[in-house]
Amino acid sequence: MIRDITIGQYYQGSSIIHRLDARTKLIATFLYIVCIFLVKNYVGFVAPVLFLVMVIVLSKVPVKFIFKGLKPVIFIILLTMVFHVFFGSGEAIFSWGIIKITKAGIKRGIFLVLRIVLLMLGSSMMTFTTTPGQLTDGLEALFKPLTKLHVPVHEIALMMSIALRFIPVLLEETDKIMKAQQSRGADFETGNVLQRAKSMIPVFIPLIISAFRRAFDLAMAMEARCYNGGNGRTKMHPLRYKPVDFYAAVICVIFTAGTVFLRVYGKGLL
Amino acid sequence: MSFISIKNLVHDFAKRDEAGEKIGSFTALNDVSIDVARGEFIGIIGRNGSGKSTLAKHINALLYPTTGKVFVNDYDTSDINNTYLIRKDAGMVFQNPDNQIVATIVEEDVAFGLENIGVPSEDIISRVDEALRAVGMEKYREQSPNRLSGGQKQRICIAGAIAMEPACLILDEPTAMLDPSGREEVLKTVKRLNKEKNITVILVTHHMDEVIDADKIFVMNKGRLVLSGTPEEVFRKTDEIRNYGLALPYATEVSDRLKKLGYDIDICLTGEELINAISACRNVRGGI
Repeated sequence: MIRDITIGQYYQGSSIIHRLDARTKLIATFLYIVCIFLVKNYVGFVAPVLFLVMVIVLSKVPVKFIFKGLKPVIFIILLTMVFHVFFGSGEAIFSWGIIKITKAGIKRGIFLVLRIVLLMLGSSMMTFTTTPGQLTDGLEALFKPLTKLHVPVHEIALMMSIALRFIPVLLEETDKIMKAQQSRGADFETGNVLQRAKSMIPVFIPLIISAFRRAFDLAMAMEARCYNGGNGRTKMHPLRYKPVDFYAAVICVIFTAGTVFLRVYGKGLL
Repeated sequence: MSFISIKNLVHDFAKRDEAGEKIGSFTALNDVSIDVARGEFIGIIGRNGSGKSTLAKHINALLYPTTGKVFVNDYDTSDINNTYLIRKDAGMVFQNPDNQIVATIVEEDVAFGLENIGVPSEDIISRVDEALRAVGMEKYREQSPNRLSGGQKQRICIAGAIAMEPACLILDEPTAMLDPSGREEVLKTVKRLNKEKNITVILVTHHMDEVIDADKIFVMNKGRLVLSGTPEEVFRKTDEIRNYGLALPYATEVSDRLKKLGYDIDICLTGEELINAISACRNVRGGI
């Protein structure tokens, strides 16, 4: 089940979006998120949606694969919808007890769901087209100025990439430990939430101990390979802005301007 | 001058109680002296806790001698200024491939060591290429290591070590967690690197079969170096090896038992030798 989650995964490819500099993509994603929160009415969504469609088409990532990424948030989406549809304010079209369906409620519900879906799709487009390595390199480069404030930017970036590297390893291990405990009679499936949480203790303790052991091993392996902190390190694929990054930046600015325009004058266009 | 020279090496681990107070010490290595020449294939064997891994870590300056000296390419490991020079010269591969892969993409992991020592980007790319080719993993360049088999992961680790262009490769039980085909893959790669690139190999293991064609074997027991010599010399001492809790190679075991039963047979190392010896035996005695 955990393995089905596609969000945060990398989809191998060599499209123009894949080839963009990680910093460009990070900033573009940030702008995109800001834009989505700037949108006030349905017309406003035109700019972000167009932008997203353009990115999806250019990235050549299969649409089916992208939408699979929404699976884990379907619950949140449904919950948002239900809350707004059934408990909205305004003039009721239908009411029964405390449940009151209103036109404004439905409108608001769809609006929020659209916002969540666009947020999820947009940010996962970045992870689909950027390797975790590039992503951490990009973050490291963007936050480099913070080293002046004694923020250990390199170390944080390294920790992030190691964490990403070990997620599947530890998931597999969790699976193994659960099976081992089940074969000794552990029961993870019955009982209320509290009992179930308690039954996970025999899984988490061995997992944590093993994670520490792995950490010691990894530290030694890194030392053996001359790791000596961030100073004097070079990169195999250093980040370099190319002309295409400039064009991408121009496009992002156009879409941002479009969103702002629609926010201010959008009402009149309806 | 030998490439690796270990002189009267002693290593004590401190024993601590729950509060972290030192309550005694455990001697993991006791007066070990070893010399290794450039290009040699060395096997270090011993049961669990015999000190063989501790010895391997000394050659990479991951541990410092309590007393005695370790020299790698004439650099003294106890001098902190030499640490990175030594680690560059002596690549190390550990037991668990999962716990030594740092990056999420194969090529990025192979490049990790080179990035650490500040090699320019263009050189990194060509050296990563060459290292991946040397271990036969060039097809997996852009894959995630999570999708590889144990043997393939271990070959990536070897690629990461040899990308540094070390004169020596230390492998600390590299096959312990692998299935037989993974074991075969890794050993073949290591043997080829030893022959083709003249890389000195120090293979720490408890599988005798892996070191039959080594140039020299060192047997460790309870922190001491108890036997050393060519495989022929070492495996001839069958009873002694059994005493150290080690299993003999299959052919050696069979020939030794036959010998003890009174047959006129020499101690063999490989299956082929064993077959020849047995058929020679038959010629003399008219069949076993």
